[in-house]
Amino acid sequence: MKNFGYSIIKQRTIDYDQFDGRLLNEILEMESSFKVCLSCGGCTATCSAGDLVSFNVRRMNLLLRRGETMELESEIKKCMLCGKCMLVCPRGINLRNVIMLIKKSILKYKLSG
Amino acid sequence: MDFPPSFILPFTIGLLFISVFLVIITGIWISGLPRIDKSRIIKSIFTRKSLQAIRETFMEALLHRKIFRKNPVLGYMHMSLAFGWFLLIVVGHIDAVNHYQTFSVPAYKAIFMRYFVTEPATTLSGKMLAASMDLLLLFVLSGVMLAYFKRLNSRMFGMKKTTKLKMGDRIALSALWLIFPLRFLAEGVSAGIHHNGSIISQPTGQLLASALPVQSIEMPLWWAYSGALGMFFLALPVSRYMHIPVEVVMIFLRKYGIKVQKRVSGYSRIQVYSCSRCGICLDSCQMTHADIKDTQSVYVLKHIRNKNLTDEKLFNCLLCGRCQPDCPVGLELNNLRMTQRIESTKEYNSSYEYLKNGPVVVSPQTEVIYFAGCMTHLTPAIIKSMKEIFAVAGVKYWFMDEDKTACCGRPLMQVGQYEAAKKLIEHNREKIMASGAKKLVVSCPICYKVFNEDYALPGISVQHHSEYLLELMADKRLPINKLPLRVVYHDPCELGRGSGIYHQPRLLLDEYAEVIPIKNEKEAAFCCGGSLANIKIQMDERNQIRDKAMDEYLSYQPDVLATACPLCKKTFAKSRDLPVHDIAEIVCMAIRQKKDASSDKIKSKKELKMELWG
Ligand code: SF4
Ligand code: SF4
Ligand code: SF4
Ligand code: SF4
Repeated sequence: MKNFGYSIIKQRTIDYDQFDGRLLNEILEMESSFKVCLSCGGCTATCSAGDLVSFNVRRMNLLLRRGETMELESEIKKCMLCGKCMLVCPRGINLRNVIMLIKKSILKYKLSG
Repeated sequence: MDFPPSFILPFTIGLLFISVFLVIITGIWISGLPRIDKSRIIKSIFTRKSLQAIRETFMEALLHRKIFRKNPVLGYMHMSLAFGWFLLIVVGHIDAVNHYQTFSVPAYKAIFMRYFVTEPATTLSGKMLAASMDLLLLFVLSGVMLAYFKRLNSRMFGMKKTTKLKMGDRIALSALWLIFPLRFLAEGVSAGIHHNGSIISQPTGQLLASALPVQSIEMPLWWAYSGALGMFFLALPVSRYMHIPVEVVMIFLRKYGIKVQKRVSGYSRIQVYSCSRCGICLDSCQMTHADIKDTQSVYVLKHIRNKNLTDEKLFNCLLCGRCQPDCPVGLELNNLRMTQRIESTKEYNSSYEYLKNGPVVVSPQTEVIYFAGCMTHLTPAIIKSMKEIFAVAGVKYWFMDEDKTACCGRPLMQVGQYEAAKKLIEHNREKIMASGAKKLVVSCPICYKVFNEDYALPGISVQHHSEYLLELMADKRLPINKLPLRVVYHDPCELGRGSGIYHQPRLLLDEYAEVIPIKNEKEAAFCCGGSLANIKIQMDERNQIRDKAMDEYLSYQPDVLATACPLCKKTFAKSRDLPVHDIAEIVCMAIRQKKDASSDKIKSKKELKMELWG
């Protein structure tokens, strides 16, 4: 078949009734600086891991708020914790703590089911 | 045989209990040491090291020489209690041996001697010993008085805050405070009854006998004294005073060459228990400048002991190491915190599989590798200067992380992700080894430390650019030009306290500008506040820490603040109070200026200063 560069988009509906807010609430409570992210993308632009693999750290916020924990888990592992994002962030967001908290909390909720 | 009086029971039970307990717990700790450490003990135990350890025990655990140096009043308090009590026991036994004329004196007969001896000392030696015992008790009591006072008013001791007490500490502390006053009273009353005693106990006895029914209070007082002793021994394992016996064990093991490793071990537990909670580490911690007052080393060690350490406290520390040289017990505070961080995060280390699937980078063959580091990529002026200097010196090099390279792994390590860091280390190591280089030049002290300590790089010398530039200069491969600028040099934590590099950057800077000595430098240097090791601190708190350090630097009225770390540079530069430059930039500026001078465009000091801001 001829490839026109189009494809069928996967089903992307998010059912908010199914939304598990535990992770989001916990992260926002533990690191409240994350609330003021303005999605400028500065962090993604400078990211050391993003240089080597497809990884968009700004999207972690989106994934977290959408409750897409599976994708969040596989993405967050890519961060090398180098700290560049924290230094360029115009809002002074403590992203490294957000990342460590997400890693820890995902494990915690997995253990407790 | 006559039975001893029943009041010796509390003391005897306490002493038995604590002796058995200490033997068991030390056994458990030592058996929890890695095998290599155990063989270290066996190899060293019958060598001079044991003698040195005895000497150190004497100097530090009894005389508290280091506390003395830091704070004489506090030092006197610790010394009078520890050394005074020690002498009371030793001289007391000599006194008893002398009196009973036998070497097999049971402990209680020496400790409670004044109860058993009803006649005055007749021999000269007996009189001398009795007098010394009186004076020693007075010496210890002066320490107890200071301790009362310190609880009431810790400011007098120059400390910001004394640590809070829990139940076990309360009991042990009350017992300790009571032991010596009770002994004083009991001995006085007995002296009053028997009309004996020495220079102090005799007048005290007469005074007490004239005012009180001494006959009827003698027994209760000796009971109380023995009870306080017994109580102290019973509460010891659950109190901070456990540091007294444990510190001695620690001193011996340390002399045998045992160190805190990455993992929790018998030795790390011994170190945790050796903390006397003197609180001296609080004084040097800059986090108090940002009003963070409950996460310092003393609290973390306490929480480790009480098994209630939270991540919020564990990770709220810059790992600047400023508190470590001040600790009179000489604990490895940073390493102890690291063992806990590794333990706390060990279940969620990343594996970075993508590094294996990435494009294969073939390392070019080279003598010198330059690794700038993630942070340096945020301060491009440093990279630019390094490139210029390499060109001037005619060095051929491979710029390993010019674009797209994995992080060095140190930031992961600082937050305990040791296994994850190993993956990055292995990845970078292969690339470095494949290049056949002899030298790895690094611009960031954070990278420098990990390359130096955790990468296995046989045949390659790892150098921070301050060492490297100094070497180039000594080899006359760099022109020298002293700029008319006053410079304050800020020691980066990872380079100074972290790697012991204090002199090279100063020697280098001295050739290119005028370095002003300042109060808080070298081992006492400030942290800039930007440390990656603290993942809990907020940006405004970092700024407060930075501003306080900046205030001191500004007071020397320098033209420029020099540092040797891109993160320090970035942190200080944000305050906009003073131009901040890396030493590489200053060297480069001086070299450029010399070139200009040869073409008659010499800059005035004013122009230079303008350029610093540029
Ligand atoms: S740089 Fe800061 S504000 Fe911008 S997207 Fe990243 S986290 Fe959000
Ligand atoms: S800390 Fe992680 S997310 Fe931030 S720049 Fe470094 S690799 Fe990217
Ligand atoms: S860590 Fe050292 S300085 Fe701090 S309280 Fe303990 S013994 Fe004192
Ligand atoms: S390492 Fe630095 S930040 Fe941490 S407790 Fe010690 S002085 Fe404070």
